[in-house]
Amino acid sequence: MEKLVELRGIVKRFPGVVANDRVDFELRRGEVHALLGENGAGKTTLMNILYGLYKPDEGEIYVRGRRVELKSPRDAISLGIGMVHQNFRLVESHTVLENIILGLGEDKLRIDFEKHRRRIMELAERYGWRIDPMVRIWQLSAGEKQQVELLKILYRGAEILILDEPTSVLTVQETRRLFEALRRMAREGKGIIFITHKLNEVMEVSDRVTVMRKGRVVITKETRETTKAELANYMIGRPIVFGQKKVSAKLGSIVLKVIDLKVLGDRGYPAINGVSLEVRRGEILGIAGVSGNGQVELAEAIAGLRRPLAGRILLNGVDVTGMDAGKMIELGVAYIPPEGNKLGIVPGFRVVDNLFLKAYRYPPYSNNLLLNWGKMLEKAQELIEEFGIVTPSALSRTSSLSGGNIQRLILARELSGIVGGIPRLIVAAYPTKGLDIGATEFVHDLLLRYKEMGSGIIFISEDLEELLLLSDKIAVISGGRIRGVLAREEADAEKIGLLMSEAVIQAG
Amino acid sequence: MIEWIESVLGLTIQVGTVYLLASLGEIYAERSGVLNLGLEGIMVMGAALSFIFTLAYGHLAAILISVIAGILMSLILAVMAVYMRLNQTVTGLALTMLGLGLSGFLASPEVRKVILLALNPSLPESLLAIQEAPKLPEIHVPLLSGLPIIGCFFRQNVLVYVSYIAAPLMWFILFKTRPGLSLRSVGENPAAADAMGIDVFRVRCLATMISGGFAGLAGAYLFLGFQPFWQEGLTAGKGFIALSLVILSTWNPLRAILGAYLFGGVEVIQYRLQLFGLGALSPYLLAMLPYLAAIAALVAVSIESVRKRIGVPASLGIPYSREE
Ligand SMILES: Nc1ncnc2c1ncn2[C@@H]1O[C@H](COP(=O)(O)OP(=O)(O)OP(=O)(O)O)[C@@H](O)[C@H]1O
Ligand SMILES: [Mg+2]
Repeated sequence: MEKLVELRGIVKRFPGVVANDRVDFELRRGEVHALLGENGAGKTTLMNILYGLYKPDEGEIYVRGRRVELKSPRDAISLGIGMVHQNFRLVESHTVLENIILGLGEDKLRIDFEKHRRRIMELAERYGWRIDPMVRIWQLSAGEKQQVELLKILYRGAEILILDEPTSVLTVQETRRLFEALRRMAREGKGIIFITHKLNEVMEVSDRVTVMRKGRVVITKETRETTKAELANYMIGRPIVFGQKKVSAKLGSIVLKVIDLKVLGDRGYPAINGVSLEVRRGEILGIAGVSGNGQVELAEAIAGLRRPLAGRILLNGVDVTGMDAGKMIELGVAYIPPEGNKLGIVPGFRVVDNLFLKAYRYPPYSNNLLLNWGKMLEKAQELIEEFGIVTPSALSRTSSLSGGNIQRLILARELSGIVGGIPRLIVAAYPTKGLDIGATEFVHDLLLRYKEMGSGIIFISEDLEELLLLSDKIAVISGGRIRGVLAREEADAEKIGLLMSEAVIQAG
Repeated sequence: MIEWIESVLGLTIQVGTVYLLASLGEIYAERSGVLNLGLEGIMVMGAALSFIFTLAYGHLAAILISVIAGILMSLILAVMAVYMRLNQTVTGLALTMLGLGLSGFLASPEVRKVILLALNPSLPESLLAIQEAPKLPEIHVPLLSGLPIIGCFFRQNVLVYVSYIAAPLMWFILFKTRPGLSLRSVGENPAAADAMGIDVFRVRCLATMISGGFAGLAGAYLFLGFQPFWQEGLTAGKGFIALSLVILSTWNPLRAILGAYLFGGVEVIQYRLQLFGLGALSPYLLAMLPYLAAIAALVAVSIESVRKRIGVPASLGIPYSREE
């Protein structure tokens, strides 16, 4: 089988870390090659090198057997390499068409919009996507944005495709459709590098798999000759337990009561439309649903970040409707925001600054005027150890941490109880999105620990597997309404899916 | 009455052209993500150089030199703000200070005399000391210039006609061509543009140079086409008004035409009122109008949905770097 890409002895150093340490990697024609590894293992770095975004410190790159020097993405593109980045790289205010033809040398000067529109529609149809090229990006769902990213590279006729965690933003159905498209592209003779943290996906879609760990390649194997357990073992260097680990905590009094809540979304129409909920001490209430159905607005309203339009929120029986976030923090509400690396930290700040983003105002860390850096650094060191944050030091810039470690940092800040003690209520919005299995397990264990200590927990996720694993009750949300609440014993993927789709039928 | 309207309209166009030329270039810079606050300084340099070079070599050379000087000055900004990623506000304001100081120095009587003699030793003594230069001649377009009222659009100097052509042309390039798409993308999301193989730094550098070239031209026009008497700090804040016009036009060259004539009109009416003795209390109020309009525009574009519809350059003022 022809080798499309071969990387030999790639080394890339960043200040304080060796992100890639003598990495060898190869991609064959017609295969889907999964790249697996913990957060910070160096997957994105390696792919950025293959795409010409980073220059390697050492090593050689071969494309179709020829040694190449990649100075910029332009060089990579001209060799038929395309990359879909971990975070979308789309111009939100431009149309789909404008994004797709961006940088394309074909039109000399004037853009022939009609020609491109037709060709994009044809290409999209080939992979079973329906997309209007004249729509603006910000109007699209995450799944559609993903399709635009793919169209961008397919439109250039790329045959080496790099997909960096493409499924972390997709729903189950969207993921399935993506996989069908990927298999089809492989049949057409393209080579696809597919980065993910989900072992199920590796088993389902890939032909071969390469595992990275701490900047090095551990092994490359045919997918059918390996198992999930074996891959997990390679990835984190220890076996991992799949499935049940229930903690039985006694359910206590009602911590949170939400009554007929209505909340406005960003675009000015109600995102939450009459939701009522109840969470008890020691209870995990899972919220299942396709993202973008009001989950974030609900979470933000409870955390005091968004003023409800109508309805009431009671915390331990006290009406806290409309209180601001500062008050809610003091009352013991911890909020873990979605997309932590965007909304949860200040990237330019140091690790210690981000750890104390909330607590800096309170003694002993401040006396209303001066900050006590000694105390803060001491506590930061403790938290770094307790929550396993991998960072050169407490004084490193937060933006250079990998996604998993940023999430750990946020959890440390929110859950450590520096302010207000052990949280009474934890609102966790997609806390494991983009995390590797080790880190995911860590988050799960952490939530269960707080459940045991008596916190009430709202756990928002799109991943049914983890919802079923952790929740005591699962509420299914869709179109800003709760479509049903299932006790854990009666809940299964099918029932939940049915509740979601029923709502769709009603709405449609 | 018709005569009065014609004279006001004619003047409005003449004043408005200063703003139009300057803001056209600035729109390109800002669409690419670079805020060129050096506009005022580049314009005043353009004015000073066009003064000196008109005396020495005539109009054409003077205009060319002003444009080239504008490009070179903005290149300083591009190197500092784009490549070295320094703060654009600080570097831009520094450039304005530099332009104001340097133009005053170069055009001061003693220095000017030395320069003029060096440029053209055969210049008669009488030209060495004067504070003015010949104005650009008006060109009357046959037929069109004879029309009532709108005829005054066609009794203007060459740089006004340049602005008539430049505005729609620059709109077309920005919104309908490949280079224009690259430029807008770089200002919206440089990481996305970079990933598609566009050289973000080069595009930003070029756009900044375009803004410099137009600012130089605006300066030359201000002096040669409108007010050919040299005085220090001749631009008197017109560069900053052009900056606010860019916002008012929501970064669109066609809307900039309307805005430029609007600002021009306000200024002309203000002069007229003063002539009638009515302006005594209002000149400051009227002078405030452009800024008020810009603030209103800023408030409007701060609304998320408006922003997305008209496409405020999302990365305006933010330096780009790949490995961060
Ligand atoms: N631009 C950068 N500057 C400094 N350090 C960096 C930079 N990019 C990555 N790193 C570091 O290099 C290491 C590898 O990061 P990389 O993003 O490649 O990991 P990853 O395997 O893609 O992780 P994830 O699964 O979280 O996306 C990490 O320790 C990270 O902190
Ligand atoms: Mg990554």
